[in-house]
Formats: sequence, structure tokens, C-alpha cells
Amino acid sequence: MLDKGRAGDGEESRDQYEVIELVDVTKIYQTGSLSVAALRGVSLTISEGEYVAIMGPSGSGKSTLMHILGCLDVPTAGSYHLAGENVSAMSETELAAVRNRRIGFVFQQFNLLAGLSAWRNVELPLIYAGVGRVERRERAMASLERVDLSDRVHHKPGELSGGQQQRVAVARALVTDPALILADEPTGNLDSTSARDVLALLEELHSAGRTVVLISHDSGVAENAGRVIQILDGLVDDPIAQHNEALR
Amino acid sequence: MSWLETLRTGLEAVRTHRLRSALTVLGILIGIAAVILTVGLGEGAQAQVGSEITSLGTNVLTISPGSSTSSTGLRAGFGTASTLTMSDATALESKTVAPDISAVAPSTSSSEAMTAGTSNWTASVVGTTPSYLTVRGWTLAQGRFIDNQDVADHEASVVLGATTASELFSRGDPVGETVNINGVPMTVVGVLDSTGSSSSSTTNQDDEAIIPITTAAERVFGGTSRSSVSSIIVQAGSSSQLSAAYQEADTELLALHHVTTPADADFTITSNASLLSTATSVDKTLTVLLGGIAGISLLVGGIGVMNIMLVSVTERVREIGLRKALGATPRLIRRQFLVEASVLGLVGGALGALLGILGAEILPHFISDPISISAWATVGALLVAIAIGVIFGVYPASRAAHLAPIDALRSE
Repeated sequence: MLDKGRAGDGEESRDQYEVIELVDVTKIYQTGSLSVAALRGVSLTISEGEYVAIMGPSGSGKSTLMHILGCLDVPTAGSYHLAGENVSAMSETELAAVRNRRIGFVFQQFNLLAGLSAWRNVELPLIYAGVGRVERRERAMASLERVDLSDRVHHKPGELSGGQQQRVAVARALVTDPALILADEPTGNLDSTSARDVLALLEELHSAGRTVVLISHDSGVAENAGRVIQILDGLVDDPIAQHNEALR
Repeated sequence: MSWLETLRTGLEAVRTHRLRSALTVLGILIGIAAVILTVGLGEGAQAQVGSEITSLGTNVLTISPGSSTSSTGLRAGFGTASTLTMSDATALESKTVAPDISAVAPSTSSSEAMTAGTSNWTASVVGTTPSYLTVRGWTLAQGRFIDNQDVADHEASVVLGATTASELFSRGDPVGETVNINGVPMTVVGVLDSTGSSSSSTTNQDDEAIIPITTAAERVFGGTSRSSVSSIIVQAGSSSQLSAAYQEADTELLALHHVTTPADADFTITSNASLLSTATSVDKTLTVLLGGIAGISLLVGGIGVMNIMLVSVTERVREIGLRKALGATPRLIRRQFLVEASVLGLVGGALGALLGILGAEILPHFISDPISISAWATVGALLVAIAIGVIFGVYPASRAAHLAPIDALRSE
């Protein structure tokens, strides 16, 4: 129900709407007298249903971009609209709510809580969303089934393989039915078989209509995506964006 | 996120770090148990002193021979001089001389060996009059107390205290039996109820044998006791008449003893009320002192909670970051850590209270002092324990709440 309104009011006529709209975003880190510009005016748009890989070597500003896209950090200047909402000027509490509703994170380190079983990990975002117990359990189970882990719901992360753990993390990212799945180096800690597994899962989610943004330094991983955005020295090296720019 | 969810999350965290939680709880536990026990010990001592002094009788004045210091600087032996006599006691009984005095009981006492059959026992033998029962506020368990006839006839009748009776006659009814006191055979006519102050052996009021004062003077004690008495206990009609009774006794005795300056009096009048207040204030000081030390140990326990919570925050930076990424607001993170800290406080407090109550049950078997656990001290200690958890949890919790999610996630 909530998802229907996600396109923003009055924008229903469009077939695709912009999930991510970044306009001239800069991020400057101030440490003492030293200021480092991690992003120096990044503009990009990602539409609903796209599968985008953001690539760049370390130090390129890729992580900073991921933090801003994930609402874990706010830009120093510029604007960021996520699913139609301007998140660049939100308070920490509002950002928490946006992360909870709009974004599903998949981290390189899996970031599962060791003390909780798989399904308890998956239900975590729903706890913060204020969903009742019974519904939480149902949705967590459904989400785990989606990633083929129905037989592992009561296992703790320590009892699962790396690939399985990352699939639990994907299930957790899916459980709130977010506008955006943000995967930060999701295969960085996996062997090649598990990595292929997880990438196949992301591809599957994409074909089911999800918007997936994958951050990686590995071109082999990035080539799975429909579009690759290159980041270099805090600037986007995006052929389509440049092309659009040239057309204007 | 409801409070219930927060509580569940907090409990999970406590359970996950079992050993650490247990050690933190131990600090609070010891503090709370120490507070409960010391306060209980203090209150027990106060209650004991109170009941012992009350068991000496209410509204009573004790007149002892001698005085600690005279105006001329001479020390008369307080309590040892034999300046009080039977005639003093008789004079005070007069309603015209002392209208506010309702009962007078002169007494002489001495520690004597007693035998009954094959048992022998040494107890304080008190020679006195029938009013002794009233002024001491005692009651009889069986038989009768000594009466005026016994006193007039120098009868060989004895009333035994509860302890004395059970020591001499371990089984069977002592009434009607014979007890040899200092070689004089006496018939047991009654046994007193226990006064309940038998816990300390030095002031055991249940370990007494009461005989007519005339019998004591002429047949049992001998010596100076023939004419003198070792104390006169005077009971006022009511507590409001106590000071008037004091005045009357003082004036009458000064006149009888031909003493012109009150400072030279050869007797001393003390009231139990003054004894009670002195003893109580001493006990209070002791309770405050011990309670203070216990309070410090509680404070140390609280600092332990803070320390462990800070460690916990540092150690769980990743978890905090993840929870924030998944949508936990700073307020929810703060709440989670506060709940965790107060759970530690509460568990420590509850176990401490339990240990304290258990200690209060067990300790009196090894030490002579009674411990009385009051409900308010226990509830208060529990509240303090939770408060300590919350107060010392505030700082770690707000540190956790203000961690930036990226910094938290980034750390390895």
C-alpha cells in the first residue's frame, strides 16, 4: 500500500520514476584545518527498476557516495531526492526512518547480529518500523524463503556459511520492501561460488523489478549490472550523464 | 519500537554477555546486600536495646545507692554503697509523700548457686516485694508471684525466670519443687514468662530467681543486705507523672538521708527513658557509619555498571551502526542501552536483597546480634539499584546514541 504512493503525488503518469536524484552533491570532510573533498559535485539519476553498479578504485569517493545514497551521511552541498523525498536536509531521526522504509542494505561484512537466529536478524528492520510480532515473523520467513533459506531460519550466523550469511543479509534488506537495495561490495568476503550465488540473487531481484545499486571495485562484479557508473577523484565518469549533458 | 521490544533487546544483550553481566551484577549485589545487612543490623540493635530497656519496666525510675561524685570531690561507690534501706522504700510508698508514685519495689540481688535434684545453676537471686512484678512489667507463665504474706512470714518461696526454670528443671513442672539457694531449701511457687531479651547473656532478664526480700536479707544473703537494699524501683502512675515522681522521690530521700545540698545526695535516680535515648543515639550513629560504608560499596558497584556499559558500547559499535542503518533512531539506541543498564541494576538489586535477607536469617546463628530486615530498606535498596543502573547508564547510552552510523559500521 505504501509502495503505491512511493512515486510521489502527481507523478503517477510516468512509467518510471527516479528512485535516486543527486544534483551537484559535494561532500567535504573537515579534520582540523585539513579539508578533504571526497565528492566534488556529483549529479546522477537512477530510475526505478534499474540495476546500477558504481565502480571506482579506493579513494575515489565511492564509499562516500554509498554513504550518502544510503542516507548514512548527508551531503555538504547539493540536493538528494530519494524516491521523491528530499533527504539532504533531514535530521538524524528522520534519516533513520528513511533508511528503515526506503533502503535495504547489504554489506561486505554481512553485519548480522551473532546472538540472533537468521529469522530474528531478518525481522530487525521491522522492529524499528513498528510492525507487530506475528506479522514480523511471517514477513521474515517469507523473505528467507525468497533467498532459499527456509531450512536455516533458526540457525545463528555462526552456523551458516559465508554465502548463506550474505543471503540472510539480502533477506533482511528485502523484508521492508524498500525502494532501493544498496549492496556495498556484497561479494568482497565470499568465495567465487558464493559470490556467483549472491550476484545471481541480486540479478533475480532486479528482474523482479527491484532497483539495485551495487558498489564495487571489481569490474567482473560490476559487469552484471545494466549500467556502470564510474567514480574517479570525487567526480562521476558517467557516459549517459555526459551524453545527456551534451544533448542539453 | 515499543518498550517491550526494547526490554527484550536489552535482556538479549545481557544474556549474550553472560559472564560480564554476572560480574557487573555482582558489584551491585554486594553493595545492596551490604546496605540491607548494615541497616538491618543497626535496626536490630536498636530494637534489642529498646526491648531490653522496656523490659526493665515502663514509666519507672531506678534509685541506686551512692552517687558518682559529690560536690566535695569525693567519689562514693555508685551502686555499691549501702545507703538505701527498706525504710526508704516504705516511705516512698506513702500516698501523701509521693502521690505520683504508684508502686515501689525495693530489691537486693546477688549471684547465687542453686541446686535442684542433680541440676545446678548460678543465677541472679533477687530479694524483693510483690510490686516487683508490676514495676518490671513481667507476667507469670505458671503458679503465682511472691505475695505480701511471703514477705511478712519470711517464707522460703521462689519464683523462677524462664531460663532459670528450664536450666534447673529440664522436664516437668517446677512449681511445687524445691530449689536449694545458697543451701537454703526454697519452694518454687511460680515461673515467669520469657521477656524475650535473652539474646545477650550479660543482661538476661529471664535468668533470675525472685524471693521475698525479708527471706533474702535474713536467710539467703546475710551481711549488709540485712538492712540495706541494692536498688529501689519506683513506678509512676503514668508517663506524664514521671517527672513529678522523680521530684517526690528525690525530695523525700534527701530529707530522709538528711542531705541539704542535692549535689551531695548519696543516691542516684535514673530513668529508663534517658537510658533508651542514649543507647538509641549511639546505635543510630553506628548505623549511619556502617550504612555509609555500604553506600560507598554500592557507589563502586554503580561505577562498575558504567564501566561495563562503556566497554559494551565500544565493543558493540558495529551492532549500533547496523541497528542505526536498519532504522534505529538515536533515542531508541539510548533507550536500549539504558534498559540494559537498569536490568543489570535491577538483577543486582534483587539478588542483593535476597542475599541480604538470607544473611539476616543465617548470620544471627553465628553472631549474637539480631538483624531486623525492614521492608522499606529492601524496597529502597531495590529502587536505588535500578536508579544506579539508570544514572550510570546515561552516559554510555548517550555515547552509543550519538555514534555516527558510518563510523560505527566502518570499524572492524
